[in-house]
Amino acid sequence: MDVISLRNISISFDGEPVLKSISLNIRDKEFITLLGPSGCGKTTTLRIIGGFTKPDRGDVFFDGQRINGLPPYKRHVNTVFQRYALFPHLNVFENIAFGLRITKTPEKVVRQKVGEMLSLVNLSGFEKRQSGALSGGQQQRVAIARALINKPRVLLLDEPLGALDLKLRKEMQGELKNIQKRSGITFIYVTHDQEEALTMSDTVVVMNAGEILQVGTPEDIYNEPRNAFVADFIGESNIIPGVMPADFAVDFCGGRFECVDKGFEKDEPVDIVLRPEDLTLIEAGNARIHGVVRSVTFKGVHYEIIIEGMGCMWTVHSTDYAAVGTEAGLEFEPFDIHIMHKS
Amino acid sequence: MAPEKLVRRFWESIRHIKTFIYRFYVWLVLVFFYAPIFVLMVFSFNNSKSRTVWLGFTFDWYLQLFKDETIMHSVYVTLVVAVLAALLSTVLGTAAAIGIAGMGKRQRALIMNVTYIPVLSPEIITGVSIMLLFVWSGLKLGMLTLLLAHISFDVPFVILSVSPKLRQLDPHLFEAALDLGAKPMSAMRKVILPQIWPGVITGMLMAFTLSVDDFVISYFTSGPTSQTLSITIYAMTRKRVSPEINALSTLLFIVVLTLLVIVNLRQSRDNKQPQRKEEDVR
Ligand SMILES: Nc1ncnc2c1ncn2[C@@H]1O[C@H](COP(=O)(O)OP(=O)(O)OP(=O)(O)O)[C@@H](O)[C@H]1O
Ligand SMILES: [Mg+2]
Repeated sequence: MDVISLRNISISFDGEPVLKSISLNIRDKEFITLLGPSGCGKTTTLRIIGGFTKPDRGDVFFDGQRINGLPPYKRHVNTVFQRYALFPHLNVFENIAFGLRITKTPEKVVRQKVGEMLSLVNLSGFEKRQSGALSGGQQQRVAIARALINKPRVLLLDEPLGALDLKLRKEMQGELKNIQKRSGITFIYVTHDQEEALTMSDTVVVMNAGEILQVGTPEDIYNEPRNAFVADFIGESNIIPGVMPADFAVDFCGGRFECVDKGFEKDEPVDIVLRPEDLTLIEAGNARIHGVVRSVTFKGVHYEIIIEGMGCMWTVHSTDYAAVGTEAGLEFEPFDIHIMHKS
Repeated sequence: MAPEKLVRRFWESIRHIKTFIYRFYVWLVLVFFYAPIFVLMVFSFNNSKSRTVWLGFTFDWYLQLFKDETIMHSVYVTLVVAVLAALLSTVLGTAAAIGIAGMGKRQRALIMNVTYIPVLSPEIITGVSIMLLFVWSGLKLGMLTLLLAHISFDVPFVILSVSPKLRQLDPHLFEAALDLGAKPMSAMRKVILPQIWPGVITGMLMAFTLSVDDFVISYFTSGPTSQTLSITIYAMTRKRVSPEINALSTLLFIVVLTLLVIVNLRQSRDNKQPQRKEEDVR
């Protein structure tokens, strides 16, 4: 069952198209992530779902009902804003209680519910703090508690972890995922961090320049990127131009390689994606792909090695070391080769 | 003594003289500004009708003020008009500022400039033009016209006092309130108003002060039975020469001065707070 559907949504600002007829179905209780580079229209999409921006064309459906004209305060959708937007004149308790105060909830119920929310986001004991006297991570959690207290069907989160440091980010990613599972609320999450998108989501939506390029599970998106942009955006990739002479065979870098893809036209020009971690360093002598090591960077778990050869720069992630200036060869298996139509 | 030392001494004394001259100049300006008022205050306690000879201390002139019906009536008019004008112009000005904040850039710049014009244009022009408007529209000059005129010159000051507060506001606060179920009016009341409240109060105090202080515009727009204090003082200087004027002017001066000090303190305090907030964000 789709909780939200977008149909052919278009919008322009100052004559500049920002969303170009996008359509998207969002299933109930799923964790869906909009992923894309800065300015691709992620926030605009969220604002259309939240009711803050009216699309020029297209429809928004909630539980199958068209809600284009419905104002934000009548939608069963709540938002965690990009910069939190906590109410500075209210303390933590009253910030979280805001939604309940609007509906004139009895004081006893307010107390109980806010208490539950505070323990959900690990902020018990912070009731009396002013929102300005909280760290970024704590403000973040207040914003989440405030948005969840109305028990919305859908929670919109606009880069909620963008302002946090790496360690806190990782912690909050886990916590958010837990909150989503426990509450059974649909999360629509916006980020431009591909790793965050892949680790947290049930479904990833890759966007660029106002268009949806691919929708799928994190595994699908990673393993079967639809085009070179998606492949490149989802993790680093080596993208090489090539030709498909027949099913299960592909020509690039002056050689013919076995692969697992089929269904392309004969001699169709394609893009070949090889992930840095799928490439193995071998002796240069008997390798079909070989070149000179141009740079080596230590990345913690592995070395990032750039090799120049066969008219390309190859990025390799390897636990083996190779000295700059030495000859090195590369090896990969047929299923490491991902082939995409030219876009 | 070594020659360098002498040179240094010389420059030091020059610097001392310079500082002295600067200080002296500042004091001179202050004396120039305040001496007349000071003289007026002193003579409001003079036990004589003379405005030149000091014949001992008395409170009589102040006591007489309270017995003078014309004066007491004008105090009443001044206060009623100032309070009503301050309240109404605060409501109007705040609403206007909120409306202006929601406009596009170009429209906002235009409206703000239009708002500035009455603030900068000579009062006499404002006064005469408002009077002509009242005469043309057939309104009888009196308390109502006085009130309307005061509201019209108070509103821009309220707008100018509230607008900066709105500009400092996080634009998502209003949306966050709507998001949590608040209708637009209730979001205004519960979220926006508490944020801009200091500006609103400052604007109201400023409006009240301007109303109490105003002479020129009131002169043109009040009727014979609705004279404000400053008009009464002006009239007194023409008819009977009495030290009551000194007493009355002293009181008016002190009231306006106190209000101005409060407004200025509030403004400088308000200006400090947002700066601190901006630093926090960075
Ligand atoms: N209210 C507006 N008026 C004019 N242009 C706008 C408005 N809102 C968004 N835009 C433009 O629309 C484009 C998409 O904006 P949007 O905020 O949706 O991007 P985003 O994907 O959220 O980017 P980011 O990752 O930087 O937050 C941008 O080029 C932006 O300048
Ligand atoms: Mg954004």
